[in-house]
Amino acid sequence: MDTQYFSPRSLEEAMQLAAGGDFRLLVGGTDVYPALGGKQMGGRTIDLTRIPALDAIDVTAGAVRIGARVTWTGLIKAALPPCFDGLKAAAREVGSRQIQNRASIGGNLCNASPAADGVPPLLALNAGVELASVAGVRRLALADFIQGNRRTALRAGEIMTAIIVPPPGQRAASVFRKLGSRSYLVISIAMVAVTLVAGDRGAVTEARIAVGACSPVARRLSGLEATLVGAKIAQGLGKLVQPRHLAGLSPIDDVRATAAYRMEAAHHLVRRALDDCAARLAA
Amino acid sequence: MSADGDAAVLAMSMNGAPVRVTARPGDRLSHVLRERLGLQGAKVGCDAGDCGACTVLLDGAPVCACLVSAAQAEGCSVTTIEGLDAYSPNAARLKRCFARHGAAQCGICTPGMLVSAAALLDETDAPTGQDVKDALGGVLCRCTGYRKIIAAVLDAARGGEVVDVVPVAGTAVGARIARLDGKQKLDGSEKFGADGHPADALVARAIRSPHHRARFALGDVAAWVAGHPGIARVFTAADVPGRNCHGVIGAFADQPVLAVAEARHRGEAVALVVGEADEVAGFNETSFPVTWTARDAHTTIAGALAEGGHLIHATRPGNILTGGRVARGDVEAAFAAAPVLVEGAFETSFVEHAYIEPEAGFAVRVRDTIEITACTQSPYMDRDDIAKILAIPPEAVRIIPTAVGGGFGSKLDLSVQPFIALAAWLLRRPVRMVYSRSESMMTTTKRHPAQIRIRAAAGRDGKLLGLDFEGDFNTGAYASWGPTVANRVPVHASGPYFVPNYRAVTRAIHTHLVPAGAFRGFGVPQAAIAQEQVFDELAIKLGMDPLEFRILNALDGATPTVTGQVLGDGVGIRACLEALREPWRRARAECAAYNDEAAGPMRRGAGVAGMWYGCGNTSLPNPSTILAGLKPDGRLSLHQGAVDIGQVSNTVITQIFADAVGVALSSIDLVSADTALTPDCGKTSASRQTFVTGKAAELSGRQLRARILRAANAGDAARIELGEGRATVIDGERRRVLELPTLAPDPRGYVFASEATFDPQTTPLDADGQGNPYAVYGFGGQMAEVEVDIELGTVKVLRITAAHDVGHAINPTLVEGQIEGGVAQGLGMALMEEFHPGRSENLHDYLIPTIGDMPEVVSILVEEPSSVGPFGAKGIGEQALIPTAPAILNAIHAATGVRIRRVPATPDRIRAAMAAEGK
Repeated sequence: MDTQYFSPRSLEEAMQLAAGGDFRLLVGGTDVYPALGGKQMGGRTIDLTRIPALDAIDVTAGAVRIGARVTWTGLIKAALPPCFDGLKAAAREVGSRQIQNRASIGGNLCNASPAADGVPPLLALNAGVELASVAGVRRLALADFIQGNRRTALRAGEIMTAIIVPPPGQRAASVFRKLGSRSYLVISIAMVAVTLVAGDRGAVTEARIAVGACSPVARRLSGLEATLVGAKIAQGLGKLVQPRHLAGLSPIDDVRATAAYRMEAAHHLVRRALDDCAARLAA
Repeated sequence: MSADGDAAVLAMSMNGAPVRVTARPGDRLSHVLRERLGLQGAKVGCDAGDCGACTVLLDGAPVCACLVSAAQAEGCSVTTIEGLDAYSPNAARLKRCFARHGAAQCGICTPGMLVSAAALLDETDAPTGQDVKDALGGVLCRCTGYRKIIAAVLDAARGGEVVDVVPVAGTAVGARIARLDGKQKLDGSEKFGADGHPADALVARAIRSPHHRARFALGDVAAWVAGHPGIARVFTAADVPGRNCHGVIGAFADQPVLAVAEARHRGEAVALVVGEADEVAGFNETSFPVTWTARDAHTTIAGALAEGGHLIHATRPGNILTGGRVARGDVEAAFAAAPVLVEGAFETSFVEHAYIEPEAGFAVRVRDTIEITACTQSPYMDRDDIAKILAIPPEAVRIIPTAVGGGFGSKLDLSVQPFIALAAWLLRRPVRMVYSRSESMMTTTKRHPAQIRIRAAAGRDGKLLGLDFEGDFNTGAYASWGPTVANRVPVHASGPYFVPNYRAVTRAIHTHLVPAGAFRGFGVPQAAIAQEQVFDELAIKLGMDPLEFRILNALDGATPTVTGQVLGDGVGIRACLEALREPWRRARAECAAYNDEAAGPMRRGAGVAGMWYGCGNTSLPNPSTILAGLKPDGRLSLHQGAVDIGQVSNTVITQIFADAVGVALSSIDLVSADTALTPDCGKTSASRQTFVTGKAAELSGRQLRARILRAANAGDAARIELGEGRATVIDGERRRVLELPTLAPDPRGYVFASEATFDPQTTPLDADGQGNPYAVYGFGGQMAEVEVDIELGTVKVLRITAAHDVGHAINPTLVEGQIEGGVAQGLGMALMEEFHPGRSENLHDYLIPTIGDMPEVVSILVEEPSSVGPFGAKGIGEQALIPTAPAILNAIHAATGVRIRRVPATPDRIRAAMAAEGK
């Protein structure tokens, strides 16, 4: 078996290797190794953990740039604006401390699991991703990047280098709620992320709501978002959620829960997350 | 940049010292540590980051070593359990606190727990309980229920000045001593099944059926071997020298070592590939010459029972393995006349034992004997089956149990042993085998799924009049302990109550699924889920308090059980239930007040359940033999053959023995289970070791004491003091010194020796199941307080109050540990555990409770001594699990008004049940 393992020291080196095609990217190993089971690692592996530029977080007026190799622990420890609280809450719910210390945010997105904990909060932050290859650098909205269950827009030779979050409004808050059958180390039955931006008069000027684990790719609830704009930020905001707002979800029956339950639970989670987020903004 | 995937010399700092290790860069760090560097303290439980047993510090941060590549560790500092003391100023204190609190039971998770806890304390001076949970949430423990681990870490954070309990001679029983074999469980040196194999051992890997049922044909195996350098040999059924059949109950033995022509369940082995480690791990399974033809499979009880269907075993008509029956009084007449009736149908799931140690071991042929070093709960049974498989005398088989990283019943059955024995015997080379997590879950026994129909009747005065129980148990493809479940359940399905008219009928039914076998309680937990819930319904229908209803009907020493046995002494059920009265009143009042005030979706409820459980085999001989001897140097050897699977028999049996002899614990050397060194103490199951082996230890100890006293011509009350080379016997004013080296030693080298056997008195059960199936029963009652989110259907258990009659608590700390561990498994069974063959063969789809799921457990130890047990003691191992699930389900009913008749009570099932009742 042709087994090769590369540990490039620079992004350029990594892109050159990736241009050779047919490779596996390795960062935290939290998806790669479980998939191997008892087998040895074969094929071509490009280990991105030796590239220093990929684990930086830069907060500028223009955007927050999160290196694709930033771990969940790195994110939790970073000083970030309050609208990242939802993403940080998601980070704390990823697997366990051991997993958070290794797993990268970029890896979570590229793995494109329907139950990826990072996707709803980043959708609710309107995040984009930066993809680099020898052909150049391009940016995609996260919503365009993840295309299906375990399917992304990553082209041959491309490596995700960063997640870019545009500047939030002056008064923005976010929350995240995950529902699973136990504490820690649990794959979501359903999860919800909400970002609300408040205007001067105490009304919602922007709402972004994403639901995960209830469709092949986590989805924004655009109908609900439109309904919320202009609503007063107060307890009871969640009452605006109607079943039709969740009509775009397509949950499945699996070992964790039934589809019908997921729909019902998603509704409650969205309502609660909205109330929670409103309370944060009001505070 | 390294480009060579096959080998590299990697430099890193390992436990503070620079090392250079040759490894493939993509190898898991856990593999490098264990196989290349000999650091086996990091345990491999899942290879997927799901269990945390391999946690090490990578540049100070806890990580799962199974998810880190060797190349990623290059240049880093790695700290394992072996180097933790030197790295962390908190490590030594943590270990002392773990020992004191009984925070390590089997010990397989302990290195991961300690490494994670040290990382927490190194960065946080005063962690909260929540901090501890967050830090340890990634390490699964299946034994302890986590509470003592939390207590130990918090204690260590507070300074953890530990004063060891050292009882003086004669006071070991009842003392909260730390486990005697704790050191190796805390420093990473304990040897489990996957540890300590000979360097030259070949590795075995099984070829297993991908289908529930399949015909198979092997192709040109010889050519395949020839094309795979490094593969020594492939074994098939034709290579088995003796009987290609084993089973834990001789009369029902039906399981082939390697299947012939047809595989009866997914994961059944059809061939065994043996060779050098890398080649065995590396070959592509699809290249192996076997063709499968999937056949229609029975995957449900109903399917297996359907008339005219395929027989899984030709000799078992209707796919019925066996049945059980207990009947007393006139159940039909009782129901016809009874004023208050309830009935219900209940269903439970396959439950996986989910010990963190997958099955593992190695075998070595020593001339004409085979030595098997593996994790097991039943060394002598292993020995006898291996002898038949290899067609050699039992004396030619030596079973050396390793430390067992959790068993709970499943390691009573053979797993790796026949494979490694066969290969090592025929190849004359050491052979090892380590199951992967998925292999372990796919192929080893489970708790039987049950389908139960039950009805119960009572008079207006609240007295039980009758119980009618029918249970079908899915026993899977092979018998395993199915007959035991079928027999034990009818004896226990009444619960610990006086039921004058009773009928309980069970069947164990074969399907093409993984064999179901023994799992903590042998079917009784399933029965209790049905019986304790219908009793709750009965109490509610009667307008009675559910606890008082149970107290009113509780058995006592004079009322007959459903098998007609009058127990006389040691019946503690009433005392257990009465001990719950005050907590129950408080909890019910608190829940009512909470619910009255509740504006949101949370509702609280309290529920109660009782239990009883016969200790030991059901109406079958059940002996344990304890050998002991005094050596010329003045030290006592205790040949303690009860395998310690974490339940601490090594400690408890020694405490009993020490007091029986009347000497200090420190003068005893333990000789642990090994069929060449220890007489048969039976299997570690049925909550029998403290009771049966403990009694044998007591008898042996008293015998030894008597012999020493006689030699000193001293009276019964004399004191024995053991010193170097001498035994001093002090009888009042008289002092007699026995110079031990002057005495003639026996062939084992003992100057005084004793051997005693205990076999509890039982009688056979007649056609109606009447008789005395057990000499002693354990009793208990538990109360659960829960909080249910009525919108989401999620349940949080807030507290379990557990009152258990253990006869006499030989070591209260360790008894509490058994209770807390049983509660954790009961909580998992109630709320989250459901094994789907083929779909949840890993620890992220199959969920067991984490440290965040376990509530406070308040243990109340009730001591209603049994005149039969050692110092009055009874078993506790299985007892604690039995009432937890029904107590939780009754509490869910109290909180929501809905009854959950299908476990686990997952959020979607609770919501569906509520929706069906318009809630």
